Amino acid sequence: MAEFAGDALACIRAERLVFQGLSFTLAAGGALRLTGPNGSGKSSLLRVMAGFIRPAAGSLTWDGADVTKDREAHGARLAFIGHLDAAKPVLTVDESVRFWARLYGAEDPAATTEKALEAFDLLRLADFPVRLLSSGQRRRLALARLLAAPAKLWLLDEPTTGLDAASVARLETVIARHREAGGLVVLATHTDIALPEAETLALEDFAPEPAFADEETA
Amino acid sequence: MIRALRAIAGRDLRLALRLGSETMTVLVFFVLTVILFPFGVGPAPETLAKIAPGILWVTALLASMLSLERLFAGDYEDGSLEWLSLAPVPLELVVLSKALAHWLTTGLPLVVMAPVLGVLLHLDPAGTLTMIAAMALGTPALTLIGAIGAALTLGARRGGVLLSLLVLPLYIPVLIFGVSAVDAAIFGLGAGPRLLILGGLALFALALAPFAAAAALRQAIE
Repeated sequence: MAEFAGDALACIRAERLVFQGLSFTLAAGGALRLTGPNGSGKSSLLRVMAGFIRPAAGSLTWDGADVTKDREAHGARLAFIGHLDAAKPVLTVDESVRFWARLYGAEDPAATTEKALEAFDLLRLADFPVRLLSSGQRRRLALARLLAAPAKLWLLDEPTTGLDAASVARLETVIARHREAGGLVVLATHTDIALPEAETLALEDFAPEPAFADEETA
Repeated sequence: MIRALRAIAGRDLRLALRLGSETMTVLVFFVLTVILFPFGVGPAPETLAKIAPGILWVTALLASMLSLERLFAGDYEDGSLEWLSLAPVPLELVVLSKALAHWLTTGLPLVVMAPVLGVLLHLDPAGTLTMIAAMALGTPALTLIGAIGAALTLGARRGGVLLSLLVLPLYIPVLIFGVSAVDAAIFGLGAGPRLLILGGLALFALALAPFAAAAALRQAIE
């Protein structure tokens, strides 16, 4: 069974300690919601989980094996949606999604693309160049890649930014289906998004203690 | 592996065709600069013929450097690079695919254009074939070496200046053997060995550049 866990993680960005002593466990079908004020390290944690940043301390494991040792294998099982939509303005919606489907080795890229576009209500826009899309539509295009390039672990950084209520509902359905199939989801968000039985990790709980506290204990 | 290479190179080619600016920038720079030389050094055929190989190589080298900065920058800025790095293919292959597309859109046009401009500069016809061969061997090396520089300078402010400083010294061997191969052919000395060295340089870059550039890209997306 897939189990993704972090133990006593710490992260340093630009010589500043962002969080420390952070632990979590996520089993197959599980979801983890990251909350916390701006700058509390939600994005940094997601980037650590994706293997882009090495944790300054602690360990990150998948089924008990250290993921920082084999970044390629870890990368193959995860999908990361950050703030950027990774969309090329001159490609059409269909071409953009199909590229990722082909790169991720889909058996039938055309069918996979169609399914992914349908799930986010983008079929009617399939032949539109990306530069004509609104920001919410671009966001949906980015999310459609989750289905075009299947991965076990989804790391979503503010996926609902710019989405209307109907699209948020679609995303909820897609996430629920992914979890039913044994997938894992980690999601950083400020907005309400239904994640039944999700655990919540409040990043402010792991903020480093203020400097003066260190002096007192020393 | 081959599928992934085709997918990435195919996407980059499509992007380049739709935008069209990269190829045009390189070609226009190449043509205009070469055209300026007869005005600068005078139209005497013997003078021009003497320096033609050098002019063509130096300008081709500068032209190919013009487009390097955008090699990874687009994917870096819009977040595609993160996805590419997570794809179930080695990042080295991603670099190789992108370099291939880059050479097809910016290197190959130089190879095609060089003999035409050679006529303009009264390049000895005996050197024309060698010129094409040398360019065909040398420009892939330029792209691959340039890929290392482009990956290293990602995210740096004024990366373009840094990129030229990093890459130009590494271009010099290609320049030396490229020019000397054409000169050798013109003087009937046999360009073979020099072309072989150029080919060797290209293979060396092919073996080294994907790894070096991939390592630099991993740093960039941290």
